[in-house]
Amino acid sequence: MPVTRGFQRRRPEPDRGRLPPGQYDTGSSWPVLTAEATPHQPAEEWQLGVDGLVEAPHTWTWSELHAFEGSTYFGDIHCVTTWSKFDMTFTGISVDDLLAVARPTSEAAFVMAHSVTGYTTNLPLADVTGGKAWIVWSVDGKPLPRQHGGPVRLLVPHLYFWKSAKWVSRLELMAEDRPGFWEQNGYHDRGDPWLEQRYQGD
Amino acid sequence: MAPAPLAAWTDGRIIELDHPTPTTVRLRMHVDDRPRHLPGQHYLIRLRAPDDYTAQRSYSLASDSDDPLLEFLVERQPDGEVSEFLADVAEVGDVLELRGPIGRWFVWDTTTPVLCLVGGTGVVPAVAMARTARRLGRPDLVRVAAVGRGPDDLPYARELEKHGAAFAWTRTEADGRPAGAFTRDELEPLLDGVELAFACGSARFASYAEELLLAAGVDAGAIRVERFGPTGG
Ligand SMILES: Cc1cc2nc3c(=O)[nH]c(=O)nc-3n(C[C@H](O)[C@H](O)[C@H](O)COP(=O)(O)OP(=O)(O)OC[C@H]3O[C@@H](n4cnc5c(N)ncnc54)[C@H](O)[C@@H]3O)c2cc1C
Repeated sequence: MPVTRGFQRRRPEPDRGRLPPGQYDTGSSWPVLTAEATPHQPAEEWQLGVDGLVEAPHTWTWSELHAFEGSTYFGDIHCVTTWSKFDMTFTGISVDDLLAVARPTSEAAFVMAHSVTGYTTNLPLADVTGGKAWIVWSVDGKPLPRQHGGPVRLLVPHLYFWKSAKWVSRLELMAEDRPGFWEQNGYHDRGDPWLEQRYQGD
Repeated sequence: MAPAPLAAWTDGRIIELDHPTPTTVRLRMHVDDRPRHLPGQHYLIRLRAPDDYTAQRSYSLASDSDDPLLEFLVERQPDGEVSEFLADVAEVGDVLELRGPIGRWFVWDTTTPVLCLVGGTGVVPAVAMARTARRLGRPDLVRVAAVGRGPDDLPYARELEKHGAAFAWTRTEADGRPAGAFTRDELEPLLDGVELAFACGSARFASYAEELLLAAGVDAGAIRVERFGPTGG
């Protein structure tokens, strides 16, 4: 681990209590990172399904989703490309509310989130239950912009942000873990920023 | 296919360094026993301060895998922590930490006919693809459409010209073509026979490129996008 000749820290000492290892505070900017073309999908035509190992597979429309009691996340997000963004407010509903309707079977242990673009990302069920994950449509009081996953994205803020699938349209409950899009492309299966689980093998 | 674990951090030594345009630096680096890469993949470059503070950023490879050195082309961002260091402070002989190759999506498989619609430093992965295609004797498989302010501002412009690339200069009139990015009419003929399109550049450029490709009739599933840089909504 050589010291880089002539390199000095440029940013002020980060708040290590809030900033996971290898991350920097991106301040007011919110980078856009996407590997696919951004879809045009009007909110009114949106549908979100929960299926796979559930007792009652179900699909909700945009207005049916809004009938759930709203839920807000206020806090930080961390992207595997090393930026973190503090004090974000996302509004939507808790994933727990959807699962309470669909009722995962006792074998269900993992979730695959699918987006309309075909993007997928896998998560342990335990990482999206117990108030840890949301389906969100607004950020800082405004509708979620299309390039950030609007009208609807998954939000799992305690994991790297690629797990928070943009344009999410389906949650599939599974017994076994299966790698999603970035995970097949070399990224870690879980993606805990505090353990710096960026790539397979970390 | 189970993904192979990614190589750990290794040391890379700068063997050659030059400044092809006023705002860019080209680094050619040696790494012992490095794995082969596919064109389109990138590496992480990590810098370490005396107090053990580190900063790491992603940089695409410009080099073909047969090149004995790894080649990076970095644009200096105003006040950019890593790019300013690489552009202004780094010298031949310096050792930096590297990790890679990374990325299995924004890669050319070496057999599919593709179009790269790239802007500014977004040309870098297209250069790797074009070099690989030439080594394989199939330059026709990688078509490049590059956008820059003018020929002197775009890294690798001369090499890409030899490759037969199409250019759109946003600040320069050339051969009667008015300054401006590609239009749909200009792009459509370049798409003939192409099965996959790569769009790469700043976040703003990538959005433009992606919309233009869709407007020109490319299927959304046949577009792969790589966004450089911190800007965004
Ligand atoms: C897959 C991939 C491949 C890439 N390939 C290339 C490539 O081939 N060539 C290339 O040039 N780039 C490439 N990039 C972009 C590159 O990774 C960096 O984002 C870029 O070099 C800027 O990094 P930096 O450290 O210089 O700037 P940063 O320090 O990240 O800053 C960028 C800007 O944001 C501002 N900023 C950031 N953080 C703060 C802060 N805490 N406080 C105040 N201001 C801040 C700075 O003022 C600066 O203007 C690639 C990116 C990706 C994701």
